[in-house]
Amino acid sequence: MDLSVKLPGLDLKNPVIPASGCFGYGREFAELYDLSLLGGIAIKSATPKERYGNQTPRIAETPAGILNAIGLQNHGVDWIVEHELPWLAQFDTEIIANVAGATEEDYVEVIRKMNDSPVVKAYELNISCPNVKHGGIGLGTDPQLAAKVTRMAKEAAANPVYVKLTPNVTDITAVAKAVEEAGADGLVLINTLLGMRMDLKKARPLLANLTGGLSGPAIKPVAVRMVYQCAKAVNIPIIGVGGITTAEDVLEFLYAGASAVEVGAANFRDPYVCVKIIEELPAVLARYGNDSVREAVGKGLL
Amino acid sequence: MRTEQAVIRENRCIAPDVYAMVLECTIAEEVKCGQFVQVEVPGFFLRRPISVCECGEGSLTLVYRTAGEGTAVMSRMKAGDTLSLFGPLGNGFPLQRRDVLLIGGGVGVPPLVETAKAYRAAGMDVTVCLGFADAKSAILTERFQELGCRVIIATMDGSLGTKGTVIDALQEAGIHDAFILACGPMPMLKAVSNQFSDGYISLEERMACGMGACMGCVIPDQEGNAMRICKDGPVFAIGKAVL
Repeated sequence: MDLSVKLPGLDLKNPVIPASGCFGYGREFAELYDLSLLGGIAIKSATPKERYGNQTPRIAETPAGILNAIGLQNHGVDWIVEHELPWLAQFDTEIIANVAGATEEDYVEVIRKMNDSPVVKAYELNISCPNVKHGGIGLGTDPQLAAKVTRMAKEAAANPVYVKLTPNVTDITAVAKAVEEAGADGLVLINTLLGMRMDLKKARPLLANLTGGLSGPAIKPVAVRMVYQCAKAVNIPIIGVGGITTAEDVLEFLYAGASAVEVGAANFRDPYVCVKIIEELPAVLARYGNDSVREAVGKGLL
Repeated sequence: MRTEQAVIRENRCIAPDVYAMVLECTIAEEVKCGQFVQVEVPGFFLRRPISVCECGEGSLTLVYRTAGEGTAVMSRMKAGDTLSLFGPLGNGFPLQRRDVLLIGGGVGVPPLVETAKAYRAAGMDVTVCLGFADAKSAILTERFQELGCRVIIATMDGSLGTKGTVIDALQEAGIHDAFILACGPMPMLKAVSNQFSDGYISLEERMACGMGACMGCVIPDQEGNAMRICKDGPVFAIGKAVL
């Protein structure tokens, strides 16, 4: 069974990529399995400077999911280029560098500093983090601002640029079309849905940040719907993400028009989930009459 | 660290809202004192991080409080049922060749049992000071006595041992200076850190991955750097973390 997928900058041996923020830089998971089994890895967001992130609690469980408000904690792009990217070079997998910032210039700065790394094969612009005041979501909810940062990133980037979109908008296709027109090489969708939980004992929001981003199986139907809508609206490839825990879930996203997928919160429940999905995918593709991943992409679009 | 389907051998209530679950698993042989496992509870998305109370050949004991719906479901599981464990996780308490004072509060007491065992096995004198709300909430006190520890108890209402906190009980016992290992609620850990400078404390926080990848459970060090409670901890030297 051919699981391979070729996308701009990415030669994926299979369509399964751990999602940014749920996998760090892979170091912890490398203690459990060979990261070369993965199609690719979307590494944790890089910002120009080190960020501590939000106060705790940063995590709250929800029915079939999780709310998080980490707040883009990272050591800053210089540290990542010096310490994490060289370590990742030992693995035969495609590295996608997730880029975040408060301003358009931040995205350009991070990209310029990563351009020389042979490890990075593509960028993923995080214009959709709901957990920091200026975490890009202001850029990601306005089609014109999204297009502007995409254009600036494209001008600076030595690798293809994927734009990760937020579901917290009225019409996601408007943003998708705007970034396509601005030169995006692909889309990643969706980021988390904005949510909140109350602490009943303290009578106040449970998360220190008050709101957080909802992920996990709870959001999968929303993600599949948005992948479908965007697949109908644009001609650039889509990496689907949101609530995937099984190979069947992957097939749903492929049928909805995704060419590859990212797996996020499921890694918290089962740290081996990505390799299990990769192992099960051939049988699931065959069961539903597909001879390859490529054949399944967009099969369900009406 | 790895995942394993463990078989429940025993699951019984040992105090109001506190249960002891014995699980048959091979992970038990890899656990060091003060480490924890992530327990997958049927019907819940995230695993529950629970410290290991005791481990033997082929089994480990978790002593847990029913704090929410997930642990309530756990408390209703029966012998023969299976649970997925992920672990062992975290750094655990250090084993030093010296006498030790173990200080525990409430459900912070359980991980001190395996710790007491390790220090006793190394031939060290172990004093244990345990704090509870009241006599009926007191857990594992006899287990420490069986292990040959000197046991000092404090209860807030005075129904068992010294009336007051573990700090009050230690004062009454005349213990002012010791190498300590502590686990319990944050107010207790703060008081212990003010009283003692030589030793380690074990922290807790809401966790997602439990293995250091998601940055969900951090605490700042004195320089403001984020430390991961699940991976860099849960055990930190006194004064290392800003409580």
